[in-house]
Amino acid sequence: MLVVKNVQFAYSPGQTVIADIGFDVTAGEIVSIVGPSGCGKTTLLKILAGLLKPSEGIVEFQSQPVRGVPAGLAMVFQEYSRSLLPWATVNDNIELPLRYKEVDRPSRARLVSDSLDAVGLSGFGDYYPWQLSGGMQQRVAIARALAYQPQLLLMDEPFASVDAQTRADLEDLVAAVHARFGITIVFITHDIDEAVYLSDRVVVLSKSPTTVLDRITTDLPRPRDQIATKALPQFVAKRSEIARLIRRPTSDMAP
Amino acid sequence: MSSHAGKVGNAAAALVDILQSTVVRFGLGAFLVGVWQYSSMQAGSIFFPPPSEIAIRAIELWLSGPPSRLFLGEGVFDDILPSLSRLLAGWSLAVVFGITLGTLIGRSRGFSELLDPSLQFLRAIPGPALVPVFILLLGTESVMRIVLIAFGSLWPVLLNTIEGTRTVEPLQLDTASAFRLPRRARLWRIVLPAAMPKIFAGMRVSLSLAVILMVVSELVASTNGIGYRILNSQIMFLLTDMWCGIVLLAVIGYTLNALFVKVEDYVLNWHRGARGRPST
Repeated sequence: MLVVKNVQFAYSPGQTVIADIGFDVTAGEIVSIVGPSGCGKTTLLKILAGLLKPSEGIVEFQSQPVRGVPAGLAMVFQEYSRSLLPWATVNDNIELPLRYKEVDRPSRARLVSDSLDAVGLSGFGDYYPWQLSGGMQQRVAIARALAYQPQLLLMDEPFASVDAQTRADLEDLVAAVHARFGITIVFITHDIDEAVYLSDRVVVLSKSPTTVLDRITTDLPRPRDQIATKALPQFVAKRSEIARLIRRPTSDMAP
Repeated sequence: MSSHAGKVGNAAAALVDILQSTVVRFGLGAFLVGVWQYSSMQAGSIFFPPPSEIAIRAIELWLSGPPSRLFLGEGVFDDILPSLSRLLAGWSLAVVFGITLGTLIGRSRGFSELLDPSLQFLRAIPGPALVPVFILLLGTESVMRIVLIAFGSLWPVLLNTIEGTRTVEPLQLDTASAFRLPRRARLWRIVLPAAMPKIFAGMRVSLSLAVILMVVSELVASTNGIGYRILNSQIMFLLTDMWCGIVLLAVIGYTLNALFVKVEDYVLNWHRGARGRPST
């Protein structure tokens, strides 16, 4: 569904952020991308979304090279409070992208209420985003993405700004909507536990200039559970494996 | 029982609060009018009639017409309405041009580089200095006065719109791109609403500038309007009439601003709400 080949990115010649990244994502998978902070994860996500052009390399979405944002893709950003529009109600925020997707009015209303339902926020449609807590705002952002009915959902450290309990709830929400709608998800995070817990596969990135250190299959059973899954020896092993990869000094793995 | 007593206590406290805030808000004004009344009566100068005399004269001038005209006097139709309609026409033009041009400049680097130096230069011209030019070009009818008001009150709207549309939150624009909103939707649904708080601040400054320019425009080659009436009363030594005009301008300025703030509160309700909380 998504193929990333030899992607490089430099803001200016000599200032290479991303040296060489390649991986692919199969339909229906959750793939996490983890790496140390400053390794260009958000830059990579913007490249995947077609918001930024890579300096070299190619991204293909559904066998088409990505030039500009392709149809069938939705995003959830880390800073929900700045990505939701403060002058629009929750309903209007979710509905806005649908207006330009040629969805008729009754279907739009249904999609809005269904997606609010799916994130556990039915009844909050007439609120403004700033009247809700951080976790609820991020649910609204997820609802907006779900209502858009994307084939691919890109999530950029979506839970980095919420408290631990809310974070666990939102992780389970992502797992639940994945199970229910079968959306392919690319999930960027710096949290190794979160990556292993949610994903089918984890792409581990190095420090900048960024390369792929490894692509790891988690092989954990679904549905997952915050306590039971995280107690599995397999979970602990994968988590340690990734942590060792990331913490290893750069000089050891330089080609 | 204690809760009942508490409720009564609360109601009484609320009443005291209202009284207190009324006294605070209007007390000083009432006191100053009192001082004005007392000292002008003591002085007995014909240049400074007491406010009571001004009020009575104002009622004669503007509020003693026939019932068929809602008791509005001749002066309302001869002076106040022409002034107000020119004021609103000029200000509306300034708002429309300011927002349109400001959005173009704020969102387009090309336009910005092309127009910015000329605009900064034009902005430096004091509006009243252009009265002779406008009279030459546009004559002495209402059009000249409207254009003067529009030109002079354009700048705050224009500059604030440029600033507001230029500083839209990048993540909101990224979100618009990620959901493939077309250009017109970006403009109407993201850029303009985001710039609205700054645009409204500019419109408000423009409105008070427009009142000033309205008066200035009526002091030259005019045959009606509040400014004309003030000047004419002074020439004819009708000093109470002159003061009536000045007080009327204060009332108009105050009322327009109060109305504007009401509209702003309604339109930008989200903005106050959103800023009431920390952003994360």
